Amino acid sequence: MTRSLAPRSLSFSRLAIYSTLILACALYLIPLIVMLLTSFKSPEDIRTGNLLSWPEVITGIGWIKAWDTVGGYFWNSVKITVPAVVISTLLGALNGYVLSMWRFRGSQLFFGLLLFGCFLPFQTVLLPASFTLGKLGLASTTSGLVLVHIVYGLAFTTLFFRNYYCSVPEALVRAARLDGAGFFTIFGRILLPMSVPIIMVCLIWQFTQIWNDFLFGVVFASGDAQPITVALNNLVNTSTGVKEYNVDMAAAMIAGLPTLLVYVLAGKYFLRGLTAGAVKG
Amino acid sequence: MSTVATINKASPLDALQRWLPKLVLAPSMLIVLVGFYGYILWTFVLSFTNSSFMPSYKWVGLAQYARLMENDRWWVASKNLLLFGGMFIAISLVIGVLLAILLDQRIRREGFIRTIYLYPMALSMIVTGTAWKWLLNPGLGLDKMLRDWGWEGFRLDWLVDPDRVVYCLVIAAVWQASGFVMALFLAGLRGVDQSIIRAAQVDGASLPSIYLRIVLPSLRPVFFSALMILAHIAIKSFDLVAAMTAGGPGYASDLPAMFMYSFTFSRGQMGMGSASAILMLGAILSILVPYLYSELRNKRHD
Amino acid sequence: MATLELRNVNKSYGSGLPDTLKNIELSIDSGEFLILVGPSGCGKSTLMNCIAGLEQISGGAILVDDADISGMSPKDRDIAMVFQSYALYPTMNVRDNIAFGLKMRKMPAAAIDEEVARVAKLLQIEHLLTRKPGQLSGGQQQRVAMGRALARRPKIYLFDEPLSNLDAKLRVEMRTEIKLMHQRLKTTTVYVTHDQIEAMTLGDKVAVMKDGLIQQFGTPQQIYNDPANLFVASFIGSPPMNFIPLRLQRKDGRLLALLDSGQARCELPLGFNVAGLEDREVILGMRPEQIALAPAQANGLPSIRAEVQITEPTGPDLLVFVTLNQTKVCCRLAPDVPTQVGDTLNLQFDPARVLLFDAATGERLGVAAPAPASKDNVAQFKGR
Repeated sequence: MTRSLAPRSLSFSRLAIYSTLILACALYLIPLIVMLLTSFKSPEDIRTGNLLSWPEVITGIGWIKAWDTVGGYFWNSVKITVPAVVISTLLGALNGYVLSMWRFRGSQLFFGLLLFGCFLPFQTVLLPASFTLGKLGLASTTSGLVLVHIVYGLAFTTLFFRNYYCSVPEALVRAARLDGAGFFTIFGRILLPMSVPIIMVCLIWQFTQIWNDFLFGVVFASGDAQPITVALNNLVNTSTGVKEYNVDMAAAMIAGLPTLLVYVLAGKYFLRGLTAGAVKG
Repeated sequence: MSTVATINKASPLDALQRWLPKLVLAPSMLIVLVGFYGYILWTFVLSFTNSSFMPSYKWVGLAQYARLMENDRWWVASKNLLLFGGMFIAISLVIGVLLAILLDQRIRREGFIRTIYLYPMALSMIVTGTAWKWLLNPGLGLDKMLRDWGWEGFRLDWLVDPDRVVYCLVIAAVWQASGFVMALFLAGLRGVDQSIIRAAQVDGASLPSIYLRIVLPSLRPVFFSALMILAHIAIKSFDLVAAMTAGGPGYASDLPAMFMYSFTFSRGQMGMGSASAILMLGAILSILVPYLYSELRNKRHD
Repeated sequence: MATLELRNVNKSYGSGLPDTLKNIELSIDSGEFLILVGPSGCGKSTLMNCIAGLEQISGGAILVDDADISGMSPKDRDIAMVFQSYALYPTMNVRDNIAFGLKMRKMPAAAIDEEVARVAKLLQIEHLLTRKPGQLSGGQQQRVAMGRALARRPKIYLFDEPLSNLDAKLRVEMRTEIKLMHQRLKTTTVYVTHDQIEAMTLGDKVAVMKDGLIQQFGTPQQIYNDPANLFVASFIGSPPMNFIPLRLQRKDGRLLALLDSGQARCELPLGFNVAGLEDREVILGMRPEQIALAPAQANGLPSIRAEVQITEPTGPDLLVFVTLNQTKVCCRLAPDVPTQVGDTLNLQFDPARVLLFDAATGERLGVAAPAPASKDNVAQFKGR
């Protein structure tokens, strides 16, 4: 009702607002649309048409070739991401539990030291880490990458859980202790069941971080152990032969789809992870 | 006192319970001490040695830093970082703030629009780089499209222009991160006390001046965290350069992260690579320390 | 059912920091209800956590049934606690909340069901057993929290400000229920509160704490009528005791307090006679109900005319404020006293019940036996 009574200039300004917002939507969407269109075009089509022209013939050849090239590395990424995400989340949850509910002398200092890991430029640890992986016999293996991702994901996962558990009343733990529950019982029976939101945030954050990682992948894994981001980069930046842009775009889509899917399905938690990271890290 | 029965001794199980928190934290403590600080120290040591393809521990003092300072490519990378970082941060902030304010005007389908602005953040920088490399392809990308659409004189060849290639990185990075800035500020705007805005309206302030003078200044903390995160992304930017330009043409679009990688792992200059990594750490600290200091000081004031 | 004794309990969070608890000595009999009362930060909650074993004491001993439990872990102390925030496990329903402690103690399932049913009946929460804490009102959560403590049939109950999150009406209801429950179950109870009405109404014994020290330990009546110092006197009682700073005089061998309302003066003979008090700065303490309207015929009690400055009708009482010795003084009169601001009232005091405190230390002065003369006064005062 109030809207119809509003002066005319207001409705004009609202029109301007909506136009700007929709234009921005278009700008954000164009790269994705171009990727999709290109991936379904034939190489001739790409040369004759332009970015936003509809494919003359819709062909899946780009996707098939792309999967042939990077498909194996896709599974590498799965093999790296799943264990690394699960383990780093579990460790983060335990750390957060101790740092919020079982503080001891020095635990705050440790938390401060750990927090710095959120800002750590990984370039400063690459060399020693690669020496260590070599010594452990994990160089150029997916297990090595799992280990690296667990270590350098710990700062964020701990931060998530620690901040979440700090908002849980300490009296819950005290009540459970008087009820006779021990350290792990309290964690498993009281705190974990109420941690579903933060577990989701943490899983999604770690999933996107590790799936999208390129630096660790390119430094610590060569050849057969490469994650898909490295394989995609190799495909796109290879200078031999004729460039097949449809294959490049299909491969990029393959690399991007898992995180996009997670984002569309659980965007709420993704955003919360980003902003939770932003508050402290 | 002598009548008191002593059950003072704790059972071994109780003692274990008392030690459990420390035991559980111990592996992470080890990881942090070795994997974070130990490795930084190790890199720091390497930066004072003449390590090349293999690590060596022959002390050369500040020689690697001196070489780095004389290296033209390092200077290009550093200048690029300033240019890229400055533009990326400024543009992302402006776009993000603007979109957040527009989205805060009781917009229909707000959730849907927000999802569209934010989705690039879910993608790998490699995917982003690949996509924009194709969009900016001289000859086949936007260049051709706009000519096809009738803008005959249009030319877009920044990707191969050594003077402009950095702008390509900026465009792609802004596309990826500005939605995130929007989300941060939108969350901040939602936290602003509505009665302040109403009070200002009663005082006769116009909507733009309410935002400029009252709302945005109250979002200072959000502004600083956004700045922190964007600066952090800029300094660590490696994948975007690798995917879009690989540092080229020549080394015109090199960034320190790229420089460090290629000198350390491709060119067998571990010593100099380590020195550059330490300088990157210094750059992050020079932003981080004042930020944390002001954060802590504000907290003490609360 | 157990006795509880604290012997010289100390608690400190590290050298350099002031002690949180200093030489706490307390002892209560089996079935007694002990109140720990004091302002926030006085150490009462820390003391309770030490009894529960949630915090370790730095020195002394905590004895339950004459056995030292201070080294035991909380689960072995057989103590149950009701928390201020209730601390109900949010993901468990009411039944599981009550049963959790029993399960942890490996009680057989059938016995657990029986115990939950008993407690639910006792607290009238049978219809809530399948609900989650988030679906309960504050009062219902409070009952469940009590149920969780009752189910264990512990030796000692601890209550940590259990009513402070409830609204005023519910708080009074629950207070009565806690008292009823205690009368039925007769379990030794320690109850922390900052609310002096809870302290007075619930406790068999009250320990008033401040700065980690017990200021006074006694029955509610002792605390109210015979406070050990200025702090206790000011903390207990609502409206609070009036404190009038003045100098004592000696006349005809008796101690006199000289009161001045601006329009009249009055010599108040004190009910005790201690040497060395004259010409000293003291604080005279008088509860509002100890100031009465003087009857038409003089009854021998000292009285003074004073101007009414504020009236506050509270319903059962009429609070009247006058000025004596430049201090605002509250008098608690019957609600039907016809008076208005600006009126002059003739007020009289019972010298026998007036308290004296050292102006510098706050310590109570002149606790010696009352002088014979004042006994007559008391008789007259009461017989009025």
